[in-house]
Parts: sequence; C-alpha cells; structure tokens
Amino acid sequence: MREQHKRSITRWGQFCSTALSALLIATGFALVPPSEAAEVVKIGAIYPLSGQVAKSGEDTLNAIKLAVDVINGKYPDSGLPFAKPGGLPKLGGAKIELIAVDHQGKPEIGAAEAERLITQEKVVALIGTFFSSVAASVGQVAERNEVPFITGESEATPLTERGYKWLFRTTPSSRTQAKDFFVFLRDLNAQHGQKIQSIALVHENTLWGQEFGQSITGYAAEFPEFKIVADISYQQGTTDVTSEVQRLIAAKPDVVFHASYDAEAILFARTYKQFNFTPQGVMAIGAAFGSSAFRDALKDDAKYYLVREHWARDLAGKSPLIESVGRLYLNAYNKPMDGTPARAFQAMMVLADAINRAGSTDAKAIQKALQETNLPPSSLIMPWEGVQFDAKGQNTKTRGIFIQTLANGPATVWPTDLAQAKLVWPRSGPR
Amino acid sequence: MTTELLLQLLVSGLGMGFIFALIAVGLALIYGMMGIVNFAHGEFLMISMYATYYAFSLGHLDPVLTLPLVAAAMFVLGVFVYYVLVRRVINGSMHAQIFATFGLMIFLQAAAQFFFGADYYAVTGSLLSGVVLLGSVTLPMPQISAAIGATLTTLALYVVMFHTAPGRSLRAVSQDRIAALTLGVNADRMNALAWGLSAACVGIAGSLLANFYYVFPRVGGVFVLVAYVAVALGGFGSVGGALFGGLIIGVLQVLAGFYLPSTLKFVPVYLLYLVIVLVRPTGLLGRQ
Repeated sequence: MREQHKRSITRWGQFCSTALSALLIATGFALVPPSEAAEVVKIGAIYPLSGQVAKSGEDTLNAIKLAVDVINGKYPDSGLPFAKPGGLPKLGGAKIELIAVDHQGKPEIGAAEAERLITQEKVVALIGTFFSSVAASVGQVAERNEVPFITGESEATPLTERGYKWLFRTTPSSRTQAKDFFVFLRDLNAQHGQKIQSIALVHENTLWGQEFGQSITGYAAEFPEFKIVADISYQQGTTDVTSEVQRLIAAKPDVVFHASYDAEAILFARTYKQFNFTPQGVMAIGAAFGSSAFRDALKDDAKYYLVREHWARDLAGKSPLIESVGRLYLNAYNKPMDGTPARAFQAMMVLADAINRAGSTDAKAIQKALQETNLPPSSLIMPWEGVQFDAKGQNTKTRGIFIQTLANGPATVWPTDLAQAKLVWPRSGPR
Repeated sequence: MTTELLLQLLVSGLGMGFIFALIAVGLALIYGMMGIVNFAHGEFLMISMYATYYAFSLGHLDPVLTLPLVAAAMFVLGVFVYYVLVRRVINGSMHAQIFATFGLMIFLQAAAQFFFGADYYAVTGSLLSGVVLLGSVTLPMPQISAAIGATLTTLALYVVMFHTAPGRSLRAVSQDRIAALTLGVNADRMNALAWGLSAACVGIAGSLLANFYYVFPRVGGVFVLVAYVAVALGGFGSVGGALFGGLIIGVLQVLAGFYLPSTLKFVPVYLLYLVIVLVRPTGLLGRQ
C-alpha cells in the first residue's frame, strides 16, 4: 500500500516535470521574436469581482480595460487621447498591461493583493478600488511601498485627508458631493417656487455611507432652511427594509437622501412602492438608483429617482469624447456606460497621461507628473472644469450633475447650463 | 405609536418570517435525517430563484404557474445531489461532509456567476406583486403568498411525514438507522427522499421570494444565515421548530429595526439565540 502510494507520487512528479518543461519550451519560443518590443508598463487594478458588489466591480473594471485598449491603439478612430497611433509616445510607444485582481470587498484582501502586485508583479502604479474601505487599506500599502495609487471612484473624504503623498483621486470626495444636494434643493426652492423643508437621510453603514451621512449632517448648519427629520443607517446585505421604511413613513420627510449600493437600492425602491411612500423627491449619491441594473429590475418604478452623478451619455452633445467613449463601452460590453465606469475610465486616462509625461516607469517621476497634472476640460470625458490635484491628492476641478430617470431613460436635469431635459418635481404621486 | 403601525410591523414581520421558515424547514429536514448541515442550501434557493426569473423573462410564465415545476425540478436536483455527492461522504468524517456541501456551495455560486453574470435580476409585475389593503394595514401580496405557501408546504410535509408509508420509513431512519435497516427499510432511498423534499421546500421558497427580492449569485447567503439561526432556535432537526424559529426571527427583526438603530436589527435575534442555546441547548422544540 505504502509502496504503491510512493510510486504514484513519483509518477505524479514525473508528470509535473514533463509538463513544466513543456511549458518552459512553449513560453521560450513565444519570447523569442518580439524585435519591436517596446517596454510594457504594468498597472495593477484592484476591484471587487466576487461578492455583493461583483456586478459594479465588473462594470467599473471593464471601463478601465476599455481605457487601456484605447491607449494601446485598439480604437485609433475614437478621437480619445493616445488612441492614435497607440501606446505612450514618450516611452517609445510602450503599451500598458493591466493586471486585474479581486479584493472581494475586503480591505485585508485588497491590501494583500496590492502588496503582491507591487512586490511580485512589479506594477508601476495601482488603480482601484470601488470600495472606499478597501481604498484606505490599499492606500496604506501604496504609501509604504512608494507606488502611485489613483482612484477614480472611491469617494470617502478621509482618503485624501491623511496627508498621503502617493494617493491621487480624480473623483470629488463625498463631502464635496454632499454639498450639491443642498445647493440643488436651495436652487429648487428659489427658482422653481418649491417649499422643501424636511429631509430624511438613509445610508448603508460601511465607510462610504457613514461618511455621506456625516457630510450631510455637517452641512446642515450651512443650510438652515432644511431640517433633518430622520437619520437611518442600515446594514448592507439585509433581507428586508420594512422597518426602515416604516420609520421613514412616520417621519414624513419632503425629500429622502440616499447612499445605497445596487442591491439595497432595488429593495428600498420596491418597499417604497409597496407601502406607497411618496416623498417629493428621492435623491441618491452613487449610481445605484439610476444604474442599468436598477432600471432593469424596476422597469416603470425606476422613474423619477434623482442621482447625483458625474457623467451622462446625454452630455454627448457637449463633447465628442463623451459620445465616443459611450459608444465604445456599449459595443464592447453590450451595456450602457454608467457614471462610475466613466470616472474609472477618466482616472485611467489621467494615470496614463502622467506616466507619459514622466517619460519613465520610475515611481518618483510618475508621482511628480501626477502632482503637476493640469488637464483642460476639452481632453476629458467628464463634464469637469479640468483635472488638477491639490497637495492632498484631491482633484479640485470637479463638478456634479443631477440625473433623473425619465420615460426615455436617464437624463441630465441639473445644473441648468448642462440640463438636457426638464426636471420632474415632485415625483408623480401614487401609481 | 399607533396600533396600526404596530399591527403593520407584526404583519410584515410574519411575512418575512414565513419565508425564513420555508428555507429553514428544508435545512432542518436534512439535519434531522442525517445529521448533515447542507451548506449549499442557500445556493439551492439561488438556483430556484434563477429558474423562476428565467421562466418569467424568457418563457413569460408567471411565478405562480412555475412554482410547482420549480419545486419538482428542485426535488430532482436534491435527489441527484444526494446520489452523486452526499452518499459518498455520508459514512465519512464530519469534515468530509462539511467540505462536500461547502464545496458544492462554492461551485454553484461560481457557476451562477459564470453563466448568469453578477447582475441583479428581478421579476417585475407578476401575478403575485402588488398589495392588499386591510384598513390602514398594507399586506404585500408576495408575503401573503409566502405565508400561505409556507403553511401549506409545512402541512404537506407533516402529512407526508406522519401519514404515509415513506414518511414512516423516513422517520424510522432518522430515529434509528440500524433498526430501520433490519426491518427492511431502504435507508439510502429514504435519505434521497429527504434531500429531494428539502430541495423542493427551498424551491418553493425561491419561487415566492423571486416575486419581490432580486436574484444574484450570492443571494443564498443573505437568507440562509438567518435560516441556520431559525433551525438552531427552533431545535436542530425539528421541522416544526424551524417554522416556529423563522417566524420569531421575522417578527423580532422588524420590531427591532423600527425601535433600535436599524444596523442593530439582528442583535435581539442573535441575543435570543444565545439565551436559548444557554438555557435550552436543544432549541425550543428540539429533542434530546
């Protein structure tokens, strides 16, 4: 018995060594010819590809893959930066190689993967991570290893408040975004003769949602005409939200501010309908209440939710780049691009621009180039005034829009100078 | 605090409780029979939800119509899983049993993500959507049907277990396997039957749940954790206990979610569970 066991191990070993040598020969052959081989720039992308938000992680990572394809010259006629002739010109036309890993929504896994990408895969920069809690742990690893880390969609304010020198954020922080909610309501009261007074706050309880809640309550003093009548924090991944909605009904708010991910956004919207809870408006941070998943799942009931967004396809008229990237994304992944993928795409382009200007893959040079970034609006796919980082690594030239899902899909309804459709307010009554 | 509001909370809690109960009943059945905890139980729920969703979106069949079909298909799946996987580890160590069903869980989750993607899907506008108003109390249709479905299923299970020949054999095997074998009961077939019934129960739960909850590859985990607690609360291996445990949890979490900060809504549930484990380790209705 033992003898037999031993023999099978030897046979297994033989098999392994044969397979290994075959593999070595094969890769050896593959490595011989590349004569025009410019240097490859490796970038690590860390996203949630399994678990609760796998869908959003996949959509966001897809945008980064698209950006890399654009930069590598796959779409020469797209009119986007680097598209023609492809590659980073100041690095001899070097291509970007994206190494994507899954952090499962867990900060500790994110940190371990970041460590592995830096030390073993030798990536020159990191991009990610959707979840702000994971961005916080990845940011620490990047800082310690002195590797640039750029985030295009992790919004928690503290990320750029810790004095990190290697973290750069193109998206506005949630504090900046929270202010837009009040500005919007004040504008509505002043310009459209609405009488909005009471606000209820509903947010999930990870870093992102907590932080949004704190930002909103923090701004309350600056906007004294509004009163926060309920502040409900709920556990992500819940089975039902009946009790939360009952508390909202009891509080009778004019407006609800929401910070929820896709799953709970669907659950809340369905429960609102069940209990016929119809505030004048529901305004959300993050894309969940206007995402394609939300619209597919709720059909007609998805209408009139307002999302504080960063990007919209209907802004195509304002910029040919927006039209171009929206079309490429739809063709490549067979689903329309949302605001979060758009921001991730932009972050990847900003990173590529910095690496190109650095003219090398040296971390210090890339860091310096990122600090000196000053992109004009015409080079962006975002409706921003530009990209320029402050000393904390936060982009200071962002701008927000509000999108409302109407009969023909989501449309930009605010601010007035960018609006593509008329705002529906209040949401139509019981349906 | 009005009476209507309290009534509303109770009704909503019971509605959710029946769903938890229906999932828990299947778990309790298998545990009672074989002492095996089926970690893939939540994934059975997920599969039945996908089946319901695709029958609705591709075949335009309402969940009410597909419910018996889904239950039947899940019965077959349960039996299949028993013969292909569980039978091989049933006499093995507990670790082997845990790894087998745990592995199945991971396999099914990954397969679902591979085939269906990570998107959220939901059945919209089925016959069981909408609400019924009873005075000022809102009764969501999906939850009413869940209550009726769970009650009927548990009753049917009771009739099968206590008033039919296979049911008697099932109970015989669960009480004393060796004795049952000497009396000519085919224990293997009874185990397969238990797996089939368990999967059919969760199939019915999935069909009902799909009317108001969205389906995605990890949906099983959201519900099955609560179902485990329901089983432990009601008494391991007791089908009636699982039903009872599910209802208690449903009501308790809705009340707690209203009166406490809602992030704490499951704290009283787990607290009650701890107390029961300490005071009465067999659970409320469990046997020694």
